[in-house]
Amino acid sequence: MGAIDVRNIVKKFGDFEAVKGITFDVDDGEIFGLLGPNGAGKSTLIRMMTTLLPPTSGTAVINGFDVVKQANGVRESIGVIPQALTTDLELSVEENLLIFAKLYGVPREKRERLITQLLEFVELTQWRKAQVKNLSGGMRRRVEIARGLVHEPRIFFLDEPTTGLDPVSRVNVWDMLERIKSERQLTILITTHYMDEADKLCDRIAIVDHGELKALDTPMKLKMSVPTDNVLEVSFASVPAGWVDKLKALPDVETVAGDDHIFKISSKNGPATTMAVLDAAAAAGVTVQSLSVASTTLDDVFVHYTGRVLRDALQDASPQDSAFMLRRG
Amino acid sequence: MHRTWAIVERELRRFRRSPILIVISMVFPLVQLVVLGYAFGGNVKHLKVAVVDQDGGVPAVRIRELAMAVAGGARTFDTILYADQGAAVEDLRNGKVNGVLTIPPEFSRRVLSKNEPHVALIEDNTDNFVSATLVGATNSLMTAFSQPTSMPRITPIPQLDVVEVYPYVPYVQYLLPGIIVMSIFMMVMIGGGIIFIDDKARGLHEGYLVTPISKLELVAGFNLSGTIKAVLAGSSIMIVGSLIAGIPMPFDPMRLARMFVVVCFTSFALISMMFLIMVRVSDPLLPRAIFGVLNTLLYFPSGAIYPQQGFPTWMRWIAAVDPFTYAVHAFKSLVLKNTGFGAITVDLLYLTAFSAVCMTAATMLFKRTL
Repeated sequence: MGAIDVRNIVKKFGDFEAVKGITFDVDDGEIFGLLGPNGAGKSTLIRMMTTLLPPTSGTAVINGFDVVKQANGVRESIGVIPQALTTDLELSVEENLLIFAKLYGVPREKRERLITQLLEFVELTQWRKAQVKNLSGGMRRRVEIARGLVHEPRIFFLDEPTTGLDPVSRVNVWDMLERIKSERQLTILITTHYMDEADKLCDRIAIVDHGELKALDTPMKLKMSVPTDNVLEVSFASVPAGWVDKLKALPDVETVAGDDHIFKISSKNGPATTMAVLDAAAAAGVTVQSLSVASTTLDDVFVHYTGRVLRDALQDASPQDSAFMLRRG
Repeated sequence: MHRTWAIVERELRRFRRSPILIVISMVFPLVQLVVLGYAFGGNVKHLKVAVVDQDGGVPAVRIRELAMAVAGGARTFDTILYADQGAAVEDLRNGKVNGVLTIPPEFSRRVLSKNEPHVALIEDNTDNFVSATLVGATNSLMTAFSQPTSMPRITPIPQLDVVEVYPYVPYVQYLLPGIIVMSIFMMVMIGGGIIFIDDKARGLHEGYLVTPISKLELVAGFNLSGTIKAVLAGSSIMIVGSLIAGIPMPFDPMRLARMFVVVCFTSFALISMMFLIMVRVSDPLLPRAIFGVLNTLLYFPSGAIYPQQGFPTWMRWIAAVDPFTYAVHAFKSLVLKNTGFGAITVDLLYLTAFSAVCMTAATMLFKRTL
């Protein structure tokens, strides 16, 4: 059994079914992403896995402990960073960590050493005595990451850890999570609605929408599973007569559009067509000024599996979803 | 248990960094002590009484002299002589005078013939306090008028001798026990209830709920930290209030020790009650909205500002279960009478039982999940 094993988990709030029988597992040491828009059920799912919400049906086993029957075993195994910033603003960075070390029952002789190590790790050593309210949003998020690790958990849950952060802080958090994975051999489950975040961080991604699991695989395989054409944009110095027909005759080329010396070539196989274009240009003595290939993104994957663009989905959370979000924060 | 102490430590560290909270919870009760204590505690003076003498005889002149003696002595009222009763009553209706003392024609003749002499006091009864004071002062005046000029050496009429066990208690001192309880309640509401719900709304409790802390440890932690804050507020008001109210021997160590015990019992009872009320609440507006209602419902029936014997039956039922009642009674015993624990045993037992019931119910109702 892996670090996380979720089977047919369902969560209902009255008549509204927020999570509709999702099944997946996460291996030890993996960074696993739940990708979906607001209201998709990601936070409900993570709350069930962290014992904050009881499932309506189904099971979730975390580090070998059932979330319902062995909730304290789960709690001792996990570190959790909720979506909202929940550190005490009035307390110092060190005090926040100290209180949580005590709540987790970290022995007195280990607390000081662990806190010092963690503050170095999240690069907040010089802010140790500072009140959290005086820190920036990115620094507060790093305090939360340190707080979630203060009891040396096996599995780390992060609910949209970079929402609301500026681009620099986001990259800092990503770097930190990658270091956590490599240095601490943690299993990490992260929810996000940022495609680039999921693409960069996650070993595997589960796409969740309207409480259902739409797809689950590595980012690369998810992209490969989408039958999307590659589009090559090529600029030539000058072109001989009949050049468009030559381009159309190249392998896997479907359409060629353009005028003068800039062409957009739609291909079933981007790499093969790229090589063929370069060879044809070299043979005809045509200089290639620039060439770019637009490859499949997770946006394309999301559109393929959910039938809508994630950007639109963020704006179009259903009325039920919205009510739920208001109720549950 | 170490997790309970972690909650307490966190709450107290935050409390230490919020001095404004301490100030707010102390200012309101102290302002009330000073303003209410001195506003209600003084005697009513310098009321205006129109005197209309329609008789003019010697006994009537004696009534006027006695009225002027009140004006010059106790100063309960000042007299204004009117020739016309109609004008006097008109001024009464217009609020220029508080009462009209009319000595009717034939008064002197009836006095001398011992034939039921009467004087009339026409009063503005829209203000009960003023009205009662005027009636009381005029009755005293009439009693003095009726006294024989020379008293027999041995009177055949039974007399009442009043023996006061304790020194005179000004109203500000009478009010102090209720004010101490109110300061505890203020801290319980602001430093306990409101902060608890605000933290919940901000999602801070999620941080607790994902740790292995138990329901009982969490509830005990919140109750204990709230109790400590309330004890600090109550103890401060106990000392400062005693000095303001002029309690004799305010630093008597035995009385202070006993009062501290009552402060602790009261604080724990009120925080347990507050936590029971708030345990399922998540809207930050609610504790603010019910603050005033709770204060009125608990403070006024407690006997803190008015004796419970004057309450209607339904309010006596509220008073019977109101923890303020027992706390106020205990503080009154200690502050005004300097009694020992024997006089407040029932109060302490009730507060203990009340705390136990509230805390048990709150623990049962507390949801370990969101």
